[in-house]
Amino acid sequence: MVRNYIPVLLILIIATGMAAVIIILSRLAAKSRPTREKLMPYECGVEPVGTARERQSVKFYLVAMAFLLFDIEAVFLVPWAVVFRGVVQSEAYRHLKYVFYGEMMVFMVVLFVGLVYVWRKGILEWNR
Amino acid sequence: MANLLLEWVIKTIVILFILVTAVAYVTLMERKVMSWIQMRVGPNRVGPWGLLQPLADGLKMIFKEDIVPTQASRWLYILAPALSLIPALMTFIVIPYGSEVNLFGYRVELHVTRMNVGLLYILALTSVGVYGIVLAGWSSNNKYSLMGGLRSSAQMISYELALGLSIVSVLLYTGSLDLVEIVEKQSGITGWNIFRFPLMIVFVIFYIASLAETNRTPFDLPEADSELVAGYHTEYSSMSFVMFQMAEYLNLITAASISTTLFFGGWNGPFVERLPLLGPVYFTIKVLVLIFIAMWIRYTVPRFRYDQLMRFGWKFLLPASIVNIIITSTVILLLR
Repeated sequence: MVRNYIPVLLILIIATGMAAVIIILSRLAAKSRPTREKLMPYECGVEPVGTARERQSVKFYLVAMAFLLFDIEAVFLVPWAVVFRGVVQSEAYRHLKYVFYGEMMVFMVVLFVGLVYVWRKGILEWNR
Repeated sequence: MANLLLEWVIKTIVILFILVTAVAYVTLMERKVMSWIQMRVGPNRVGPWGLLQPLADGLKMIFKEDIVPTQASRWLYILAPALSLIPALMTFIVIPYGSEVNLFGYRVELHVTRMNVGLLYILALTSVGVYGIVLAGWSSNNKYSLMGGLRSSAQMISYELALGLSIVSVLLYTGSLDLVEIVEKQSGITGWNIFRFPLMIVFVIFYIASLAETNRTPFDLPEADSELVAGYHTEYSSMSFVMFQMAEYLNLITAASISTTLFFGGWNGPFVERLPLLGPVYFTIKVLVLIFIAMWIRYTVPRFRYDQLMRFGWKFLLPASIVNIIITSTVILLLR
């Protein structure tokens, strides 16, 4: 039922309000005495060297892409898993039982081959 | 309708109040457990057995200066803690902590709302939580924070795969994403999902992945105090810092609650059919035990190295959860 989702809206509003109150509260209650040293980026007490906006390892992007692929595949599994028991146990779908099971197993093999490919390509190696 | 709305508002406010109190006392519990494991006494000055310590900490933090570094991206820097706190607070409305009880002549269901995609809702919100951490790391304009944020994003998305795939095995048994239904199907002491054959292994995978999702040791590389000086929240102070801490402990409580709901029968326990008020008690006990185990692991196991962490997630947990889905579906197909 759609109306069961109203509390999501409610708690979103209340939680946002809470976060806002917390932010404002500390700004009102605490005294602010900024100095140049205090507002520097923390680097163990010495003057910061260079900038933090540096180029990062491409590995992070590769992992993000691999995640997207596998996560979409995981999403495909969810609806199948939810109806699986019902289909397997019902009399009406008896002749489809093994097709229903087998098709997903083929899909899982494809998923596994994808993982092996990513593995062999060295995307998962971080110590090189 | 007006009655229902009022009920929702009351329940939401009550659950938020309970959550905030719980977070405060889980931090105290963590410090106590840590000191017992390290053969110390722990906080014992403020109130009896240090029971007022969280209050004192909160008050102190309110009066601390909130520092925004000059080089930081000001708005994102201020927004980031809120972005990780809000989703952490929101997950709790779908978790059932008891069946129906009679309170002051009203029949009250002990969950804020019930939706047929409850589990997906929780998974979606925990993924949103990554944004807060990544934005905090990036907007601080600090090298340690940036490293922490990047590591955290890579770690969380890697372990989310194992988490999502291990949940699929549970779904094969329960046939529903509705958390209330999942709990109701586990009634009776042997009905708990943990006692079914492949699901015991699934629970181990799920628990490890949820430790990694909540950035607990041995997976606390985003924070890694000794190398990144607290990672993504290096620059944060005052209540912004408190918000990150709250989000972290809320996520720990959420993870323990989902484990309880999916594997340990939620509110189920002896005599709960006759005395429905026992439900929340059982639920709390189970959640506390799981939280205690997480703390126990934290003070026993050393931190992973980053390449070990990624290897463990991608090359062990992910294939293991895929194999588990295959085993679970075959068992259901052949035996039932």
